[in-house]
Amino acid sequence: MSRKLFVPLIAFAVFLALWELLVWANDWPNYKMASPTDLVPAFVKYWELFLSMGWQTLWRTVVGLLLAVVVGVLLGMVMGFSRTMRDALYPLLVGFNAVPKATVVPIVALLFVGAHDFNTVLIAFMISFFPIAVSVSIGLSTLEPEYRDILRSLGASQFTIFRKIALPKTLPEFFGALKVAVTLAFIGTNLMEIVSPHGRGLGALFDSAKTNSDYPLMFAVLIALAFLGIVLYYVVVALESIFAGWAERSPS
Amino acid sequence: MNALIDIRDVHHAYATSSGPLPVLAGLDLSVREGGFTAVVGPSGCGKSTLTRLVAGLMIPDRGTVSLHGEPVTSPRSTVGMAFQNPVLLEWRTILQNVLLPLEIVPTRLSRSQQQERALSLLELVGLAGFEDKRPSELSGGMRQRASLCRALVHQPDVLILDEPFGALDAFTREDLWQIMHELKAREPFTGVLITHDLRESIFLADQVVVLSGRPARTQYVLDVPSDGPRDLDMLYTPESVEMLATLRREIQIAREGESADPAENARS
Ligand SMILES: Nc1ncnc2c1ncn2[C@@H]1O[C@H](COP(=O)(O)OP(=O)(O)OP(=O)(O)O)[C@@H](O)[C@H]1O
Ligand SMILES: [Mg+2]
Repeated sequence: MSRKLFVPLIAFAVFLALWELLVWANDWPNYKMASPTDLVPAFVKYWELFLSMGWQTLWRTVVGLLLAVVVGVLLGMVMGFSRTMRDALYPLLVGFNAVPKATVVPIVALLFVGAHDFNTVLIAFMISFFPIAVSVSIGLSTLEPEYRDILRSLGASQFTIFRKIALPKTLPEFFGALKVAVTLAFIGTNLMEIVSPHGRGLGALFDSAKTNSDYPLMFAVLIALAFLGIVLYYVVVALESIFAGWAERSPS
Repeated sequence: MNALIDIRDVHHAYATSSGPLPVLAGLDLSVREGGFTAVVGPSGCGKSTLTRLVAGLMIPDRGTVSLHGEPVTSPRSTVGMAFQNPVLLEWRTILQNVLLPLEIVPTRLSRSQQQERALSLLELVGLAGFEDKRPSELSGGMRQRASLCRALVHQPDVLILDEPFGALDAFTREDLWQIMHELKAREPFTGVLITHDLRESIFLADQVVVLSGRPARTQYVLDVPSDGPRDLDMLYTPESVEMLATLRREIQIAREGESADPAENARS
């Protein structure tokens, strides 16, 4: 356990040292590339801002992701159980997903001017529901018929079969997709925060640092984003090991 | 008229993209209460289709399938099934897997009685001590044993086995044959066993039905003189050798009939 924490920490320290070395060796000024030691003052100076902006980014990402889970699972169920719906919806979803979200962000920002929270959550949702829908539909449609038959031959209802077999069997795929989706939602939130005028959140902080040419602050925001991204990801990993831990192969 | 499973002149076809595919055409089968019937036939002739009809998962196009003299129109909780693939649920322990049917089927047993019953079945098949393991921690033969326990835990009238030992090695298979005899001696089910193994059919069953090639009808019925549990030496008696020769000949005829039907081959 301590080793599980120790090894990544060492890796992180090595990473910071190499970064520092790189900046020092090249003698880069901090407007070209800030070094880790430049970041400390930025964090110290703006820590209250980091907390409040970080919270903005966090809650909007999580709400967008929860929406994506609800809609993605519903869509996945519809496509997983009905061949016709799969044929009908799949191309639509693929097309929707293929549109670069960077082009959708300004459209949404204009469409709902002023509704900054709403816009941000919407983009986080739009960018992240697709992998969830696909994984759930594939999980359900590839269920071997024998699994259904053992319960169906006893007179179990479709709902019972879904609850006792299809749902748990799909959980590993679902969490695999959720790990992708959480990162995507996070990216979506920040895209909107950066683009929106008078935005809030870490993305907006980044944007204002850029406007004020505060380069150490820009890099400090990047580190804060990375940190938040790691936290979100590992929350999903923890949920996965609680609800789908059985799917993990024990190390041999 | 004391047949528990009675199948009369059943016809069935699947709808496929190239038109209806007749699979069963004039199948008759009758299994007495407490009997054990093995069904053999060429690959793809419709044996699994037969099991799905008996389980009530499908209704035949024509003819009747009855249990206890009543036509089967839907699945019923008095049936237990096991397949070549043990289909155990990986997120459940072996014990929880075995208990699964009791979560569906109405039962008078209390929770502790259910556990007791599941554990005694597991012990009977040699899985005592493995009840808290996950399916992935067991060998193929052990998983198949657990799957048999699950098929029997709710005390079904009818046990349907679709090539349950097909994927096992010869020694494990012979172990499971013995276990089937022990289960038969203790549990009051009527059995239908689909198999590709003629030795298995005469070792386990008291009646062997040979199906013709697709579309399948009953081609030949062999009664195996039965007197309770058997041991493997039984397979090497002159009577058994004779029965095996007869069955092999009938399978040969079934397969030739198949290839001699050009219309059927053109369709498949
Ligand atoms: N749902 C289905 N739709 C269309 N055709 C099917 C379906 N299920 C089975 N078939 C076809 O019906 C035929 C009989 O299938 P079935 O599974 O009953 O054969 P089987 O005797 O059990 O074969 P095997 O010995 O390989 O297990 C096969 O040709 C198969 O391709
Ligand atoms: Mg089959």
